[in-house]
Amino acid sequence: MSDKKDTQFYQEVLDICLTAGRLMIEGGSEMYRVEDTMMRIAKNAGVDDPRVFATPTCVFMSLDGGDLSQMKQIRDRNINLELVDRVNNLSRKFAAKKINLQELRQQIIQVTNAPSFPMWIQVVGAAVLSATLMVLFMDDYDWIDFPGAALVGAVGFWAYCKFKKYTKVRFLSELVAAMIMGLLAIGLNYLDHEMIIDNILIGALMTLVPGLALTNALRDLFMGDLLSGIVRMFEAALSALALGGGVGLVLKFVGA
Amino acid sequence: MLFWLEIVINVVFSYLASVGLALTINVPHRALNFSGISGVVGWMAYWFCFRAGMGRMLSNLLGAFLIGILSLFFARIKKCPVMVFNIPALVPLVPGMPAYQAVRALIVGDYPHGQELILRVAIVTGAIGIGFLLSTMCIEAFYKIKNGHLKKLQLYMKKKR
Repeated sequence: MSDKKDTQFYQEVLDICLTAGRLMIEGGSEMYRVEDTMMRIAKNAGVDDPRVFATPTCVFMSLDGGDLSQMKQIRDRNINLELVDRVNNLSRKFAAKKINLQELRQQIIQVTNAPSFPMWIQVVGAAVLSATLMVLFMDDYDWIDFPGAALVGAVGFWAYCKFKKYTKVRFLSELVAAMIMGLLAIGLNYLDHEMIIDNILIGALMTLVPGLALTNALRDLFMGDLLSGIVRMFEAALSALALGGGVGLVLKFVGA
Repeated sequence: MLFWLEIVINVVFSYLASVGLALTINVPHRALNFSGISGVVGWMAYWFCFRAGMGRMLSNLLGAFLIGILSLFFARIKKCPVMVFNIPALVPLVPGMPAYQAVRALIVGDYPHGQELILRVAIVTGAIGIGFLLSTMCIEAFYKIKNGHLKKLQLYMKKKR
């Protein structure tokens, strides 16, 4: 058993490591990287035998030979690579002894409100992504669907981001965004019959599609993190179902 | 459409698509350009292989392999995590389109087509995963040889002299 001063130190290290792990998982990092970063921070702080276990919904860590152990639950998971990069940089700096434990603690709290791109740049990015991917995938180079896909993708992404703030269920906001996309595509097709609904939707849905989550899940599985791999794969399947379901519902009701 | 024009369109559009996704998932500023470049390399590898008739799985594997090697290389230069480069770069390869089409076919009631598409998603995802693993393995082996054996060899040569 450790004495009181040690307990305080261990508590501090636990706090820092758990916050770092939570931020990285919220940013969408792979599990082995999360575990590795937490281990590194603890080892560089001077703890002998840190033990870490991370899943997409919870991080566990114990120090002092298992006497002191805590966990932190993670509720929202989206992809925000700026967070992962910043935490990684901080741990790198700490390993190179450029900052001490106190500074690390302060700076990790500041990472939470890291700057992100303004909303309009993200929407422009979604528009560019959906228009270009439509051409790449369909391989028939029809320039009529090009602005249509850009418009639908941008509006859909914007609606997804706005709706995400009102509900905690990610599944629901994806469903609503997909329904809005389907309605818009049908409307565009009604205005101009040259536009093909399928082409527009394939481009536009790529902004929300869980293919990345799927590949990440597979990588987790191959790395040996079976639990997080399966959890992520199921999450990806759910959001694919939400997207397809939303579009399918609209197409079935409105008819096209 | 002319062949060289198709190549130009594919290069430009894959770059734009990768940077577009990089904007929506909030990639750090200094990595934007490089993620676009690795996206171009991966997509063009896939495109040429698919045109040459190598089949979907092998071309996806090669594309993912090249993306993996390039992004590991960039990660060492820029000191970012690897995912910053390979997640945007993977967007053109990722089986989002068949996944959506499969769900839609199932909803419409076209079960055989839906099953076929789901199988395609599984195969392509597996190919991408294997490509990544191979690239990680190659880079690790490369640095091990470079740091370990070559130095030993140099020491050995010096002793002999």
